Amino acid sequence: MAVEALGATVVVSSQRRRDGKWLWVLPPLLVIAVLVVYPLVLVAIESIPAWGDVVGSAEFRDALVRTVQIAVSSTVGCLIVGTFLAVVISFVPFPGARVVAGLVDTMLALPSFLVALSFTFIYGTTGILRAGGFLTSPWAVVLAEVTFYTPFVMRPLLAAMSRLPQAQLDVAASLGAGPWRVLRQVVLPEVRPALVAGGSLTLLLTLNEFGIVLFLGAKGTTTLPMLVHTKGIVMFDYPGACVIAVVQIALSLGLYAVLRMALGGRRARLD
Amino acid sequence: MLVWTRTGKAVVWIAFALVFGLLVLLPFLVVIAAAFAGSWNGVLPSDPTGDHLRQALSGDELASLSVSLQTAFMGGLLAVVIGTWGAMAAYGSRFARVADAMHHLPIAVPSVVVGLGLLVAFSRQPVLLNGTKWIVVIAHLVLMVAFSYGTVAAALQRVDPSYADVAASLGASPARVLWRVRLPMLLPAISSAAGLSVALSMGEVGATIMVYPASWRTLPVSIFALTDRGQTFVAAAEAVVLLATTVVLVVILDRLRGRAVER
Repeated sequence: MAVEALGATVVVSSQRRRDGKWLWVLPPLLVIAVLVVYPLVLVAIESIPAWGDVVGSAEFRDALVRTVQIAVSSTVGCLIVGTFLAVVISFVPFPGARVVAGLVDTMLALPSFLVALSFTFIYGTTGILRAGGFLTSPWAVVLAEVTFYTPFVMRPLLAAMSRLPQAQLDVAASLGAGPWRVLRQVVLPEVRPALVAGGSLTLLLTLNEFGIVLFLGAKGTTTLPMLVHTKGIVMFDYPGACVIAVVQIALSLGLYAVLRMALGGRRARLD
Repeated sequence: MLVWTRTGKAVVWIAFALVFGLLVLLPFLVVIAAAFAGSWNGVLPSDPTGDHLRQALSGDELASLSVSLQTAFMGGLLAVVIGTWGAMAAYGSRFARVADAMHHLPIAVPSVVVGLGLLVAFSRQPVLLNGTKWIVVIAHLVLMVAFSYGTVAAALQRVDPSYADVAASLGASPARVLWRVRLPMLLPAISSAAGLSVALSMGEVGATIMVYPASWRTLPVSIFALTDRGQTFVAAAEAVVLLATTVVLVVILDRLRGRAVER
């Protein structure tokens, strides 16, 4: 009887502890709800009257196509460059390779507009290459994004490659496989999840990229985030800006959801 | 080892040096070189000068540095508290998925949209913040919470929960377990979250440019204003100030972590 009573209190107390535990989640969630969810709901409400005007405009359609174009081209570029750099650091190591890997880590925290700023010196009308026309073309944005986001692809790749046993490569080579074949049939299949994770994160970030486009002067190149800024801040057209914001959210959240499902619930994130 | 021949290796390394050097590294070096150049009309910068840097550290530009530091500390450190709290509370609870999704929302949404939302929401009753510095701080807070949450949540996966259980079974109160066991075990992650938050906050431009009032201009906004006016060399100098400050802050936060682990 006493033992039963004891058991009962233990169950009750542990249950109460578990019941109380979820309450701790509420304060941070409340902060997010007030500072993120509530504003986004208001953005959606505010956008309602302007949908017809904005969606019909050529400006919006051009920006939508441009945004996707730039994001996809940049991501493909990052995947190619990032894979090459990561393969060399991991499997054709040279003295100082670790320093380079450390440098890559640091670059993740730098602001993207630095790259755009440097482009004015490299490609500007009075700069190193004097390719003034290039600077205002969408390809300048793509090149800047490849520069800035390649480390985001390299980081998961380097982590995955460091877990790949070297012996596996050596055996393949000793059985007569050339470097290309080892790369294609041994390395790439092993690091595919990292490639997918890094690539999808990069696609999401390039869709949302703003600093680079802003600093390169959006003369010839207007993307959706840029249009949100122009409409909202320069033209004071809040409803119009809100429509574009909703489209942008749908685009990036839709993509994020699809990618998360495709990755089997694994999260694509910075660490 | 993937490439075995000497020439093969040499070719690969040269290709690596070209791609990494020209594509990834060069842009950052160019900004630093431009900060100290009087003019740049050829392949190499000319007329070395410290004037741009002096200009970047005086008047309005210096005020921007102070604004950025204050914003990074208020927004970033609050974000670390909220992100850590959220990650620890959500870990293993039935709301883990909801909390996860909500904390990652600010990353999935473009920062410009986060800014627009704050502008729309806090330019009206009941809370009027538009035109004050608090709307900038809130924008930074919101964006950095996501990164702090992610860093601490990832660390929680690697921390052995049995230490906390043992402490509790030995009679330590939940508050004591939290303060003496759970938080110290997460300290490396918390301090790297702080470093990341401060660094990202110093360079944040998308949300800030949507919400900043004239009296609260952060460094990136000033740098943009300078490039917009064609003063690219002063802009480069100010970017160097931004980089140097960020590196110093991150190194200090990293040192704190080192000391905490030794103790």
